[in-house]
Amino acid sequence: MNQQDARQAVEAAIGKVAPDVEPEDLEGSARLRQDLELDSLDFLHLVEVIAGSTGVDIPEADYPAVATVDGLVTYVAGHG
Amino acid sequence: MPELRMPSLGADMEHGKVVEWLVKPGDYIHKGDLVAAVDTDKTVMDIESFQEGVVAEFLVDIGDTVDVGTPIARITATPAELPPPLTSGANSPDARSPLTAEEPTPAHRSAGSGPAEHDAKVPPPVRHLAHTLGVDVGRISGSGPGGEVVRADVERAAAASVTKAPAAPPVAAEAPAAPAAETHRVRSSPLARRLAAELGVDLHAVTGTGPGGAVTEDDVLSAVPPRGRAPKEQSPNVQGAEKPAEAPPSETPRPEARPKPMAEASGRKQPTAAGGKAESLRQAIGALMSRSKREIPHYYLSTTLDLAAAMAWMQVANQQRPVSSRLVPSALLLKATAIAAKEVPDMNGFFTKGAFQPSNSVHLGVAVALRHGGLVAPALHDAHTLSLDQLMDQLRDLVSRARAGRLQRAEMADPTITVTNLGDLGVESVYGVIYPPQVAMVGFGKVLEQPWAHNGMLGTRHAAIATLSADHRVSDGLRGGRFLARIDELLQKPEEL
Repeated sequence: MNQQDARQAVEAAIGKVAPDVEPEDLEGSARLRQDLELDSLDFLHLVEVIAGSTGVDIPEADYPAVATVDGLVTYVAGHG
Repeated sequence: MPELRMPSLGADMEHGKVVEWLVKPGDYIHKGDLVAAVDTDKTVMDIESFQEGVVAEFLVDIGDTVDVGTPIARITATPAELPPPLTSGANSPDARSPLTAEEPTPAHRSAGSGPAEHDAKVPPPVRHLAHTLGVDVGRISGSGPGGEVVRADVERAAAASVTKAPAAPPVAAEAPAAPAAETHRVRSSPLARRLAAELGVDLHAVTGTGPGGAVTEDDVLSAVPPRGRAPKEQSPNVQGAEKPAEAPPSETPRPEARPKPMAEASGRKQPTAAGGKAESLRQAIGALMSRSKREIPHYYLSTTLDLAAAMAWMQVANQQRPVSSRLVPSALLLKATAIAAKEVPDMNGFFTKGAFQPSNSVHLGVAVALRHGGLVAPALHDAHTLSLDQLMDQLRDLVSRARAGRLQRAEMADPTITVTNLGDLGVESVYGVIYPPQVAMVGFGKVLEQPWAHNGMLGTRHAAIATLSADHRVSDGLRGGRFLARIDELLQKPEEL
C-alpha cells in the first residue's frame, strides 16, 4: 500500500473513532494519545478499524511505533 | 392508575426533558422496556418502564422539562387484568378511565383498549404520523369511514395543539373531549408548558386568557418579573416556522411557535445543542462536586501498584487474540477494584439520610471524559461477577454510548463506587472528588515502566499509582489502605481475575 492510500485509511479510521477531531488537527506529528486525546479504548478501536479497512493487524508489541499519525501511516504503508 | 414518572437518573438530577418517545400510545410494554429518551443536564438517557401494560397516553410533550416524580405517561393494565367494565370507575379516581370515556366520544377509545382494537381504528401510517407530530391519536375524533382517524385529522390536531387559537378546529387536542381530566392538569399549550418549565413558573398560579381559560405563552411570560425572563430561543427546536399557513392570524405573529418534535429529538446532535449541553453539564458537575466537597469529609491515600505480573499476563493473552477481543490495562484495574470493593464493603454503597448503606453488588462507575468537555460516570453493573472478557466488552459498549450521549437510566443512577482512570492520558496520579451519595472514588494513573527494588535487586517493571478518596464518615485510612492493598494483591494473580 502506498503512503497516500495509507494516509487516507488512517485519516478515515481516526474520523470514525473520534468524529470530533478536526481534519486540520491531523498533522503528521500529532500524537494520538496526547494531542488527539484518544484513550486506550479509542486506540484499540482505531487498531480494529484499521485492521478491517486495510488488513493490517498491529500487534500490541508494535504500539509504540504507531503513537503518531505519521507513525501509523508509515506502519500501515509498510505492512499493507 | 399506573403512571410512568420522570425517574431520578442520579443524585444530582432534579428535572428531565423528554426528547423522544420510544413507544407510542397503544403499545404493549413489559417491565424494563425502554419507553423514552430523557435529556438531563448531563446526557440523554433511555428510561425503562417499571410497569407492564398498554401505553394509554403521554402526559407531557416532547421538549417538556418536568421535575423528577412527575407523571409523564399513563399506563393501563393489560386487558386481562382490567376489572369488568361496570366497576371500572372505582379504580380510576381521575375519571379518566378509558372504559367510561369510551362510549360518549370515540376520542378515548385508544386509551384502555388493547392494541388490536386500537389498530383497527388508526391505520399504522396515520399512527406513525401522529407519533411524529406528537399527537395522541386517542384524543382525536376520526372523520374517516366508521370514525377512522385519517391523516387530515392528525394534522389538524397537530396544528391545533400548537396554536390553541379560537379558530382551532373542533378536534383540538385538549379541548372538550376530556373536561374531567383537567382538574389536575392546567389547560395550557405545549409551548406555554415548556416555557413555564424553563422559567420555573407554576402553571397553577397563572391565570389563563386563552380559549377555555387555557394558559398561553403570553400568560406565562407575564407571570415572570421582567428580569427573570430567559431568552426564548433556548433550544434549536423552536426556530423553524413549520406551518405558517395553518396558523390562524393572531395579534402577535410567533414565528417560533411551532414545536417540532423531530427536530427536538435530533437537536442534541446539532452544534448549538452540543455547546449548550457542555455548558449545562459543566454546571451540573460543578453543583455536584461543590456538594461533595461541602458534605463529604474526604481523606486521600495512594499506593504504587506492582503491575509486572498483570502486564506480562495481558501481553501474552493479547498476542493470541484478534484485535476485537484484546484487553486494555483498565479492564484488569477495574476488575481488581470491583473485587476489592466487594471484600471491603465500607467503600461500596450509598451514604444517605445520615447513614451508610453498603451495597451487596458492586456497580462500578467508570468516569468517561466526553469529547466536548465534561464527564459522565455510568456503571458497569455487577462488575465483580463479570469475567475479564465480559467486563471488557461492556466497558467498550458503555464508553461508546456515553460518548454518543445515550445511556440507560440504571447506568447513571446505580454506581456504588467510581473509578477514574486519567492515567490513560498521561498523568501519574489523580485524586478524585467523591460522587455523592457514593463514599469512595478510586483513581489510576499512567502505567509506566519504573525502577523497582525487589529482593535486594533493582530492576524495572510496570507500575501505576492508585489513589483512593474516601468518606471519613464511613471509613478511616486503615480500612482504605487495606482496600488499596487488596487491589494490588489481586493484580498479582491476573489469571484469576
